[in-house]
Amino acid sequence: MVIKESRGDKIFNLINGAILFIILLISVYPIWFVLCASISEPDLVNSGKMLFWPKEITFGGYKAVFTDPQILIGYRNTIFYTVFGTLINLAVTMPAAYALSRKDFVGNRLITIFFLITMFFSGGLIPTYLIIDKLHMVNTIWVLLIVYATNMSNIILSRTFFSNSIPQEMQEAAQIDGCSNFKLFLQIVLPLSKPIIAVMTLFFAIGHWNEYFTSMIYISNDKLKPLQLVLNDILVKSDAMERLIQTGAIDPSKLEESLRIKSLIRYSLIVVASLPIMCLYPFIQKYFVKGVMIGALKA
Amino acid sequence: MSILNLANPIAPAANDKKLRSKSAYKWTLVKRNWQLYLFVLPAAITFILFNYLPMYGVLISFKSYNMAAGIWDSPWAEPWYKYFKMFFSSPWFFRTIKNTLVLSLYGLIINSILPILLALMVNEVRNSFYKKIVQTATYIPYFISVVVLVGMVNLFFSTSTGLVNQVIKMLGHEPISFLTSEPAFKHLYVWSGVWQGTGWGSIIYFAALSNVSPELHEAATIDGAGRLQRIIHINIPALIPTFIIMLILGSGSIMSVSYQKILLMQNDLNVLASEVIQTYVYKVGLRNSQQYSYASAIGLFNNVINLILLITVNKISAKVSDTSLW
Repeated sequence: MVIKESRGDKIFNLINGAILFIILLISVYPIWFVLCASISEPDLVNSGKMLFWPKEITFGGYKAVFTDPQILIGYRNTIFYTVFGTLINLAVTMPAAYALSRKDFVGNRLITIFFLITMFFSGGLIPTYLIIDKLHMVNTIWVLLIVYATNMSNIILSRTFFSNSIPQEMQEAAQIDGCSNFKLFLQIVLPLSKPIIAVMTLFFAIGHWNEYFTSMIYISNDKLKPLQLVLNDILVKSDAMERLIQTGAIDPSKLEESLRIKSLIRYSLIVVASLPIMCLYPFIQKYFVKGVMIGALKA
Repeated sequence: MSILNLANPIAPAANDKKLRSKSAYKWTLVKRNWQLYLFVLPAAITFILFNYLPMYGVLISFKSYNMAAGIWDSPWAEPWYKYFKMFFSSPWFFRTIKNTLVLSLYGLIINSILPILLALMVNEVRNSFYKKIVQTATYIPYFISVVVLVGMVNLFFSTSTGLVNQVIKMLGHEPISFLTSEPAFKHLYVWSGVWQGTGWGSIIYFAALSNVSPELHEAATIDGAGRLQRIIHINIPALIPTFIIMLILGSGSIMSVSYQKILLMQNDLNVLASEVIQTYVYKVGLRNSQQYSYASAIGLFNNVINLILLITVNKISAKVSDTSLW
């Protein structure tokens, strides 16, 4: 059925479209501005003369960022934490979610409740710190890899997928044929679960990439710091900036020059820290949305 | 309606005549599926070590914690509520509670409404290409880390060089020092969150809107309902259950604002408006001093209030609208 658009409809569409266009600009413009500012002459940026397009292009900011050893170490560490942390997340979360999706798993309800309690009550910051200290995990990579190895909301999300998308009859048939649960999970269920694996990989990976609070509390060793923590030192606090300027490509004798380039470095750093995710984003967007949908359909 | 969806208890083996009792059937299932216990083991260990052990560690809120003695052997506080009383009589008590409530309620209200509006508006777009572009653009900020977000806020709102103040100066006004101003803090906090989270928050409402049957709209159109009327009488009611679930979840965390972001946005000049319960816990417990018992007691107090709020709002909602978490 095709309904002819009325005059009122046309006006409605026009206003609606226009408001959404403004929202679109608000969403994208700050990111675009940072991108432009990271390669523009800082004086023009700081005096509001660079607004929509890069002006007097310079790569000084990136040069400084990529010659700073702490940033490079942070980058390396973050890649390490993201890759291995995500692998551990998946290895812990997927089997547990699968087991809980099985109706013939005795104790299912009890275990679910045991896990659910963690969503609504926690020991809090200090007791958690003391326990992790007791386990000798402070200032080790393990605190970033296994303390948050899983969480109940992602287990629920995966479990929902398993119970809705993998036919129960197929699993029963496989079991009658003498297929063990290990084999069933690895050879039949997982190959059918690519969408949820993609979603979980992305949720966990983004979490690791962006994580800063846990590392701020538990990691003080410079060699183990992830990128976000290094960023925090430079973007939010400013004392680390001096070091950056000295180790960077800028001549420290020109103090004015170094002050001027501070903001340039900040903009470049934001780009460098966010670019990997932003580049991946168009490809992974549909999986993210799918993940939220899986959760939402259940609600 | 429940997002928790507890799995059904084991179905009785009605069709299996060989098994006389339910418990015998259960036992065969346990034996047949023993590997499934290994599947949940790593997750169980993680939760026990890093969630349940800290819950036991909460005991120190009632003790005078002593590093050498450990959690169990530290002497009890005299009286047992010593650290709670200390917090209630601290000058920070009312201030942190007030700030926590102001920031979280302000955020909760704005962040509950705007995603719905966005979803309703985007849902009305007929051109699917434009729709997709708007969606993609509004989701992007969600992936920016909180450190970068605060870094951007600092750059944009800087008094001397920030873009916002450059524009204000161009319009012929005096620059405003947003970053160090107490009254501006809550707006910066909430609206930077709006920028980051509104698009993402709207996805769940799109899902609900896509479940609205098109026949409903056709029927309404034939009956002469206009665009706005259909939005008000068909689309908005369809979103209410989701809205309530989100509201319940949100109110369960009223006392736990995103203190990680607040911590980053905080400075000496806005601290009176930005100190919330959890940033205070972090400072007295880890950063400025190591008053473990005191900080742990404040954290526990905060947690209990959260739990009470969640249960209360859930109860009210179950009565009023039949929508609840469990």
